[in-house]
Amino acid sequence: MSTLIEMGYMLSIFSFLGGLKFMSSPKKAKQGNMLAAAGMILVVALTFYVGLTETVPYINLTIIFLAIVLGTILGKSISNKVEMTKMPQLISLFNATGGGCALILGIIESQFDASTSGLGNQITLIVGLLTGAVAFSGSIVAERKLSGKIKEYKTKAAILFGRSVLLVIVLLPFLYFSGVLPIGFPAFIFAVAGLSLLYGVLFVLPIGGADMPVVISLLNAITGVATACAGIVYNNKVMIAGGIFVSAAGLFLTILMCRAMNRSLLKVLTGTFKKGNKSSSAEAEQVVRELSIPEMVMQLSFAKKVAIVPGYGLAVAQAQHACAQFQHLLEERETEVHYIIHPVAGRMPGHMNVLLAEAKVDYSNLKEMDEVNDEMDTYDFVLVIGANDVVNPMAETDEDSAVYGMPIIRAYRGKQVVVIKRSMNTGYAGVSNRLFEMENCALLFGDAKDSLQQIIGQLKMI
Amino acid sequence: MEFIQNNLEQIYFIILCAFIGIEIISNVPAILHTPLMSGANAISGIILVGAIIIMLDIEPTDYLNLTLGGIAVFMGTLNVSGGFFITGRMLKMFNTKKNNQK
Repeated sequence: MSTLIEMGYMLSIFSFLGGLKFMSSPKKAKQGNMLAAAGMILVVALTFYVGLTETVPYINLTIIFLAIVLGTILGKSISNKVEMTKMPQLISLFNATGGGCALILGIIESQFDASTSGLGNQITLIVGLLTGAVAFSGSIVAERKLSGKIKEYKTKAAILFGRSVLLVIVLLPFLYFSGVLPIGFPAFIFAVAGLSLLYGVLFVLPIGGADMPVVISLLNAITGVATACAGIVYNNKVMIAGGIFVSAAGLFLTILMCRAMNRSLLKVLTGTFKKGNKSSSAEAEQVVRELSIPEMVMQLSFAKKVAIVPGYGLAVAQAQHACAQFQHLLEERETEVHYIIHPVAGRMPGHMNVLLAEAKVDYSNLKEMDEVNDEMDTYDFVLVIGANDVVNPMAETDEDSAVYGMPIIRAYRGKQVVVIKRSMNTGYAGVSNRLFEMENCALLFGDAKDSLQQIIGQLKMI
Repeated sequence: MEFIQNNLEQIYFIILCAFIGIEIISNVPAILHTPLMSGANAISGIILVGAIIIMLDIEPTDYLNLTLGGIAVFMGTLNVSGGFFITGRMLKMFNTKKNNQK
């Protein structure tokens, strides 16, 4: 019997692998998701079946069953309702539930046979509990921040406090296992859990909005570690494999996002920027050219090749549908339209792609930064919507600038550049954008959605 | 040391999984990074299995732990189901638009 179950477990490990493998092409990704989900259902069903065959009290089985049904219904209804612009919040929230699950597991397990299970197992248990707790509270703070409920809290005190808590968390197990601390194992576990929850909050609080893609990926990786640790404690291979795959995915995305911003992970985590030289970045008055919508439509009507550079402003204004409509209108006039997407545009990896997919933009129109950066001068018209730092030419030219070295989309090379922006406020990095002063660049102030709708209206009349 | 000795098989397994995982995931294109993330997130809900296993061992009179375990199962399920449903919904959008244009 148990051989059959082991084989089922093995099958689902393969299904996870296959599912992730299929993610490498947009055509197969949907089947990949189905495959992974099927694997998951198989594991859960098998585990539940083990409970049925053993003499497990019915009350336990009923609670498990009810919790699964409730969780499924709730998960389904939440994911059906949510808007695509709120995707980062939702994924943080789901990540928090996974972390919370790991945390509770650690607490329950510690009351059982923990004292007899040996040092190695105890340490694994603690690591699982700790990572679960950090992922739980950290993801909740991330979710709150993404929905604008909590402001960034970047003071030295918070960072220092966070570090000292981390230090205590690291030291505590040493003190406990060397017998210095005269407390029982459960009490020790509660102390670690509480401190880890606190650390999760302090860890995410100082991190700013545009660094969110990094944090979300990292929290995802941390949950993966928690899962793998639980897998080691239970000696369950599916859990280990699943957890490791997830932390690999999370870590991969974290590194990718850091690289796309030319910032080290450590700098993102401490919320520090390279200090910009004030004399070069503090030009208070920028001379910019403003453009009216009729003027812009006029220029657009002559363009043969148009590039759209979307940024977080597009997501905030929910302008993805207007943007797609704008694209179709241009295409009817036989203008070639490309979207150029910076890896860190938006608030999570690939955020812009999802939004544009929702607006039914074909993915052959989407270009990655590296694909087109060398031929940016072939575009007659570059429209930047709600993006700032990712098109700042100072990243290439001004060594003193805080954004220097960050890979950018070379929008400034376009024959005509128009930036739709709500105000002259600087982007996340807090530096002014030299692009706005350039001769071929004009600004259109206003909400992305309103502006696009007006442009569409006027474009239709020509 | 003893821990490593006893878990040698486990350690090999983890190292292999890490390599395979990174190898497979590094082929995912940027357009699919969000679905990859939410899909991976759903897979991390496999912790649900751990929650079920622990629930099977709890004494039926231990109400505190039964409640905690129930919450753990619920949270794990939410992670799994929500993750897979939302990934499916996202990926469906990637597919339909292709059909629309043809």
